[in-house]
Amino acid sequence: MKTPIYLDYAATTPVDFQVAKKMMNYLTIDGMFGNPSSRSHKFGWEAEEIVDIARNQISDLIGADSREIIFTSGATEANNLAIKGIALFHKKKGNHIITSKTEHKSVLDACRYLEGEGFSVTYLTPKNNGIIDLNNLKKHIRKNTILISIMHVNNETGIIQDINSISEICKSRDIFFHVDATQSVGKININIKNSCIDLMSFSAHKLYGPKGIGGLYVRRRPRVRLLASLHGGGHERGMRAGTLPVHQIVGMGEAFELAKNKIKDDFIHLNNLRNDLWNGIKNIEEVYLNSDLKQGAPHILNVSFNYVEGESLIMSLKDLAISSGSACTSSSLEPSYVLRALGIKDELAHSSIRFSIGRFTTKEEIQHTIKLVHQSISKLRELSPLWEMFKSGVDLNSIEWDHN
Amino acid sequence: MAYSKKVMDHYENPRNVGSFPSSDINVGSGLVGAPACGDVMKLQIKVNSKGIIEDACFKTYGCGSAIASSSLVTEWIKGKSIKEAESIKNTSIVEELELPPVKIHCSILAEDAIKSAILDYKNKKNRD
Repeated sequence: MKTPIYLDYAATTPVDFQVAKKMMNYLTIDGMFGNPSSRSHKFGWEAEEIVDIARNQISDLIGADSREIIFTSGATEANNLAIKGIALFHKKKGNHIITSKTEHKSVLDACRYLEGEGFSVTYLTPKNNGIIDLNNLKKHIRKNTILISIMHVNNETGIIQDINSISEICKSRDIFFHVDATQSVGKININIKNSCIDLMSFSAHKLYGPKGIGGLYVRRRPRVRLLASLHGGGHERGMRAGTLPVHQIVGMGEAFELAKNKIKDDFIHLNNLRNDLWNGIKNIEEVYLNSDLKQGAPHILNVSFNYVEGESLIMSLKDLAISSGSACTSSSLEPSYVLRALGIKDELAHSSIRFSIGRFTTKEEIQHTIKLVHQSISKLRELSPLWEMFKSGVDLNSIEWDHN
Repeated sequence: MAYSKKVMDHYENPRNVGSFPSSDINVGSGLVGAPACGDVMKLQIKVNSKGIIEDACFKTYGCGSAIASSSLVTEWIKGKSIKEAESIKNTSIVEELELPPVKIHCSILAEDAIKSAILDYKNKKNRD
């Protein structure tokens, strides 16, 4: 077993060997390196064909038509293209957008940008279990609502939203529906044909494909029109100009095909390991589950260890590559906005850790993780004045803290 | 997290972890920070009849820098007079631990913890 153990698959995944091997054939003079837009010679035709194959592999995983896949640099660009593209193209129809407070920053920041352009945005607060209340959603729909954007699986908690029901609501009110499916594609079944989703974002690097490539599903029938964000040679049906990165597209195609073949096995593997991990730590005193074992994606387990601060826990668990759903891991000292939107107290949000597992995680790694977590929690609680107070029966809410 | 070796050392081998009975007349206790902000430091001093800090201990809930800052100051204040301990500035802590700018808050908290423990000690003595 190698350390550190990688348990941050929700941040990114390693490229599958089979995928990397295939990508190498599309780079050098010995390979098919052509520009798919070159229509005048064999190099271009070969590249075009291989891009078509990849487009089919990708659309097959989500049950779409290959002509409905627009390549982007990743899910952030796909989210931006979808949200700004719809809003700006259809602004004469209305200027109101609905999203939720627990979306990814690329959705929230795109919405903030649109607010500056005269749009009005409603940010829904989910219920305490993380799920969007459909009645509350309906209540916020206005005559001028043009777009609803809700993620499928939350990147911090793994909570799954009922996107089929939301898509029905959107369809009945003639509102565009965008789904950020970055954390769900290939992990749980999605079939576009069975729903009324108009736009859906995804990325290759969350699914054992390369970084720097992702896609946006854009419905063809009825046709969804967007304002392009990049202008140029009219690539990707005019919605996203730029020479297609063939090797990355090939990698994404291969990764998506692999995911389609492995989705059942992967799900069982992830679900078992995630449950093992929770079962191994749930008996620690004052531990809180911020995920949902039944309503959640199989690869994310978000947990708060009360009276222990998240960043110091991550430091202590140096044999684990994990992230804090909260706190000071980067330049921000704020606890997770996602957990706070779920009504989780600041102190518990400061104490949260996201474990995310993947195809290459082993049972042995999970067992070792459980052992390390127990050790670190004991050590840090020995150091924690809050733990000492809690154990001696002091009500922490009765104390007047001086840095509130 | 680009932490210095000194932060890592204090984090991994914190000095003077523990608690003194706060009822002891010679003990001053400081509790600063707030759970909601992600940092709470408890610092205690034991002062002898000559006004020298004989012993110090801490417990900290917070990030690595907060733990290191409080561990460091317990080392610094031991053997110092109250007046000397009072004059410790957070900037010295930042310098010694090479704290990144985003963690300067932790050094301020450690300075406050010393002041708060000393104030508690003085209040006790005055009541005496």
